[in-house]
Amino acid sequence: MQEYRMLSTSGILGYGYAEDSLKIGMSWEPHVIGCDGGSTDPGPYYLGAGKSFTSRLSVKRDLRLMLLAAMAARIPCIIGTSGGAGGEPHLRDTAALVREIAREERLSFKMALIHAEQPKRDLLSWIEKGLTKPLSRMKPLEAAMVHNAERIVGMMGPEPFMKALDEGAQVILAGRSSDPAQWAAPAIRAGMAPAPSWYAGKMLECGAEPTVPKEPDCIFLRVRDDHVICEPPNPIRRSTPLAVANFALHENSSPIHHVEPGGLLDTSACNFIPVSDRAVKIDGMTWTPADQYTIKLEGVEKAGYRAIAICGTRDPVLIGQIDSYLETHRTKVAAKAQSFGVPPEDYSLNVHCYGRDGVMGGWEPERAITSHELGFVIEVLGKTQDIANAVLAMARTSMLHADFPGRLCKEGNMAFPFSPSDIEMGAMYRFSVFHTVAVDDPCAMFPIEYEKV
Amino acid sequence: MALIRDIAQICKSKNAGPFNITIDVLFEDHALYHRVKATGVLSAPLFARLYGVSVMDVLFTPYDTAAAFKATFPRRIPAGDFGDTDVYGAQQHAPLLDIDIPLD
Repeated sequence: MQEYRMLSTSGILGYGYAEDSLKIGMSWEPHVIGCDGGSTDPGPYYLGAGKSFTSRLSVKRDLRLMLLAAMAARIPCIIGTSGGAGGEPHLRDTAALVREIAREERLSFKMALIHAEQPKRDLLSWIEKGLTKPLSRMKPLEAAMVHNAERIVGMMGPEPFMKALDEGAQVILAGRSSDPAQWAAPAIRAGMAPAPSWYAGKMLECGAEPTVPKEPDCIFLRVRDDHVICEPPNPIRRSTPLAVANFALHENSSPIHHVEPGGLLDTSACNFIPVSDRAVKIDGMTWTPADQYTIKLEGVEKAGYRAIAICGTRDPVLIGQIDSYLETHRTKVAAKAQSFGVPPEDYSLNVHCYGRDGVMGGWEPERAITSHELGFVIEVLGKTQDIANAVLAMARTSMLHADFPGRLCKEGNMAFPFSPSDIEMGAMYRFSVFHTVAVDDPCAMFPIEYEKV
Repeated sequence: MALIRDIAQICKSKNAGPFNITIDVLFEDHALYHRVKATGVLSAPLFARLYGVSVMDVLFTPYDTAAAFKATFPRRIPAGDFGDTDVYGAQQHAPLLDIDIPLD
């Protein structure tokens, strides 16, 4: 094959894209259309809670247009990391949405669901066999970490997608998957070299990110023997060498070494060459297969329950002594919580102070406050929701009424924008599993279910 | 002398997974990039100093073909954990904007 063409509609399914971009992109005759559905980027909550960070309404809109386009052109439609985090509830909800759209539009196709959530007994056996390794600064995976986890997913490579395509799936919904894998899969399967196929995946995973002006929209990639061409269908956007180079750095530790399941994409010798005023050719990438195929594991555990309140001060006397005020506040809350039966070990209190170091916290180098007002988010993490709510209510009232030297505002020290002032956030999760597992068969952890929609 | 904010086209921060922050600086003008690189100011020790992390923990890579510098280091608090202020890690680049590069 001389050229393999792929159309990605957006950075994340549900972020939206221009309908005209899709039409123009389809007129360029792609061999596959798709969209990445998720990421760990919005934090641990969504994997833990089994919910999506995109709305059902917007996902349905994005998906409906894609399914209609794919069926009309008779090409596969592939969604990676369904439902945001790619666990079982996320995959199930996305599948329900696809069936609903198919009913409404009278579409019929073969659908593949590729599961990525990992059973705890499997994880325990991998630990016993010594197949797991920690990533970042995690400690080695232990049975207790598996037992404590709310949900653990494996991040699939391209092989399960290829298998589903071999079986004739027209719509593929995957659980957690490496962002470029859903694109590398059909391109490599069509006979294209792995290096440009993976690189194309890197460009496609975030939609129109490698373009200016930057906004969620479609991107179109042509994979050829030793290079790719990146071009946005929407005529208001342009891929420029700077935009493409910028995106090549996206969310990776290294700009030149991209570790993927099954190998390493090396971009150190890449060239970014404009081929028109709105398309860029990238060549020079290499792919080195790994000696050992590994799958990344992502898991979260419940850290407790959270409640927050928002308020602000415009009082210069208070702003001038905010550090000591917050310290006094913390001590008062501790004493009052203890008095109604909540010991310090049962909760954590944090007051985000916007106007001082609300954005950078401990990394903030600027120590002087230059603003005439400060905003606060009072955050309490409790062992139970009741504890979080009770401590937050006390922290809120203490923020409003605690005394300070030189105080003239004898009624209250804070402006609260809302009633109710206290917001129950529910369960809070934290990343607890970030490891790899060595596998012989890249498909074994990812069972595929087929259905006729 | 020139501040990064005045000479770079892109300066941004982002998560590289839930436990790392990565900061990118890109130049449109490759010649300017090479002059900046030659000063040696952008380096692992600079990021270690700005963000209070160990030099050993900073992965610093100049990327010549993209006229870019990249530094990746551990987050102060993992993304979304208690006390985190920036789940996406998208607003941690600011201290770099004021770094002065001794260009002639």
